Amino acid sequence: MKKFLVIVFTVLALVNLFAAVKIGVILPMTGGISAFGRMVWEGIQIAHEERPKVLGEEVELILLDTRSEKTEAANAATRAVTKEKVIAIIGEVASSHTLALAPIAESNKVPVITPASTNPLVTQGRKYVSRVCFIDPFQGSAMAVYAFKKLNARKVAVFTDLEQDYSVGLSKFFSDKFKALGGQVKQVFYKSGDQDFSAQLSVALADKPDAIYITGYYPEIALISRQARQLGFKGYILAGDGADAPELIEIGGTAVDGLLFTTHYHPKAVDNPVARKFLDTYKKKYGKEPAALSALGYDAYMVLLDAIERAKSFDGTKIAEEIRKTKNFMGATGTITINELGDAVKTVTVNVVKGTTFDFAATIEPHEVE
Amino acid sequence: MTFFLQNFFNGIMLGGLYALIAVGYSMVYGILRLINFAHGDVMMMGVYFAYYSAVVFSLNPILSFTVAVLGAAALGFLIDRVAYKPLRKAPRISALITAIGVSFFLENLAVVIFGAIPKSFLDVFKDKSILEKTITVADARIPLLTFLVIIVTFAMFSVLFFVVYKTKIGMAMRAIAADIPTTSLMGVNVDNVIGFTFALGSALAAAGGIMWAMRFPNVHPYMGFVPGLKAFIAAVFGGIGSISGAVLGGILLGMIEIFLAAYFPSVMGYRDAFAFIILITVLLVKPSGLLGKKAIEKV
Repeated sequence: MKKFLVIVFTVLALVNLFAAVKIGVILPMTGGISAFGRMVWEGIQIAHEERPKVLGEEVELILLDTRSEKTEAANAATRAVTKEKVIAIIGEVASSHTLALAPIAESNKVPVITPASTNPLVTQGRKYVSRVCFIDPFQGSAMAVYAFKKLNARKVAVFTDLEQDYSVGLSKFFSDKFKALGGQVKQVFYKSGDQDFSAQLSVALADKPDAIYITGYYPEIALISRQARQLGFKGYILAGDGADAPELIEIGGTAVDGLLFTTHYHPKAVDNPVARKFLDTYKKKYGKEPAALSALGYDAYMVLLDAIERAKSFDGTKIAEEIRKTKNFMGATGTITINELGDAVKTVTVNVVKGTTFDFAATIEPHEVE
Repeated sequence: MTFFLQNFFNGIMLGGLYALIAVGYSMVYGILRLINFAHGDVMMMGVYFAYYSAVVFSLNPILSFTVAVLGAAALGFLIDRVAYKPLRKAPRISALITAIGVSFFLENLAVVIFGAIPKSFLDVFKDKSILEKTITVADARIPLLTFLVIIVTFAMFSVLFFVVYKTKIGMAMRAIAADIPTTSLMGVNVDNVIGFTFALGSALAAAGGIMWAMRFPNVHPYMGFVPGLKAFIAAVFGGIGSISGAVLGGILLGMIEIFLAAYFPSVMGYRDAFAFIILITVLLVKPSGLLGKKAIEKV
């Protein structure tokens, strides 16, 4: 019996000695936007395999599912912080979910790095929340400029998902810029999870817009596009980075052919050694081209580890400070510089749906929308 | 005029789908006095059955739909045997809570078996153009699917009417609705009849789900939740327990939703809230619904 106890304690001691550094990964792995969660997770896993250690310690990823719900995002953060004792969190995708978990991380001094939450409020007034993606004022303006100047659209109907902070924000930033350029905007509203948009579409299409701009996420974008084409709409369909999932094409079918959306990445748009390596590894592992969110997941992990290396400690406050000092970091989505507000300054990529794939259409630099 | 007509047909389409799902809901309630909250989730399972039999076993659509309807019927029978039968003599509230449990169980089972990533129901069809076809009436565009939904709704309504009122098992079902112990004394195998009722209701749910997925091809484990709730509202609106009430309630609910959104654009984002306001109003003003029988409460 004594011997047994000795063995048990030795094992426990050893386990503690080699205890890995835990990083919480909070993603929507099930529910409405599960495709986003899966894509980010793929990218993070590639990054983790490439760089499994930080400051000489093994990194352990703790994946927590939010079921695509705000309340679950907050629960996951509480669990990550109090039970799993993570040193940092990567996540969420949807801005409203990241907004729900941010206060918990903030009050526990745990740094959060979000791969894809683009609403400006996510980092506003916070010290511990940063991101590796651009923000919506830029994304919305970029699409407004693109639609007005390149597509010559003058009348646009904007579809806003009232349940998503991301969508409400993006619609506003687009509309402000588009009106400033001299265009007309008509607002229509829906909610995440809605299936029928025929009433909204009959209102939106009544004054024959040149384009419709849908700022929500791919399940609704796909259904709205289908129903719009059935109602005989022939103009452009535009969207934000919420469209960037293969499910858009699977559910949308031929209706989304030609759909243009602003996003963070296209394999053809970036050319640096890191991006090339990421592209190769991803293709080998998953047998397809990576989407923006996979590349962003990869970058979020790499930027975080880089910040930990520079901080030379696992102290949350120091890591959070170092994340915001990231300068010209070579990532899979391009060069990343995070400003003192925690937002990344990057270019916007415009992708277009061609048949069953996303093709590269244009890049828009920050100075082009000024 | 075009605007009105367009929205009228939009309303028929949506209302027809609600009616289709509400029919099974209402029938199960009418016979067993059980609000089967798992109805929407049985519908979801039916859609997955259709999806997999078409995609994995490459059956043609008609055959895969038949498989799905039969599969859902078997599932309904099984659910009754496992979850509801042991509670026959328990208070009604226990069965209701169990129904909610079954609903959660099916949703999570679907996440485990089928995965949480949405599937596209378009994969079921080789020739997808059928789903996109529309006909134009006075500048209003009506998807061909609208007519199919209406035809299927009435076909199922007739089948159900025939089964309940013209067959022996239907007679047993109506007898059970009136008085279970007496029916049992008459030599009717009550458990089998109730099992059949669930199988029939589940088959209807699957048929409704397939039509739903043809219109809204986003197939995922939680897809049954909202249609289930809307069908419940439609059934209560029309008078729960009344099959023709369910059809009427469904079509009216669809119409009201569409017209409110179309003519009051400022509230269109809150369409679902109106469905629930209708539910509350009906419960307050006419609890038995539009075509429901007034229940006489024995004290």
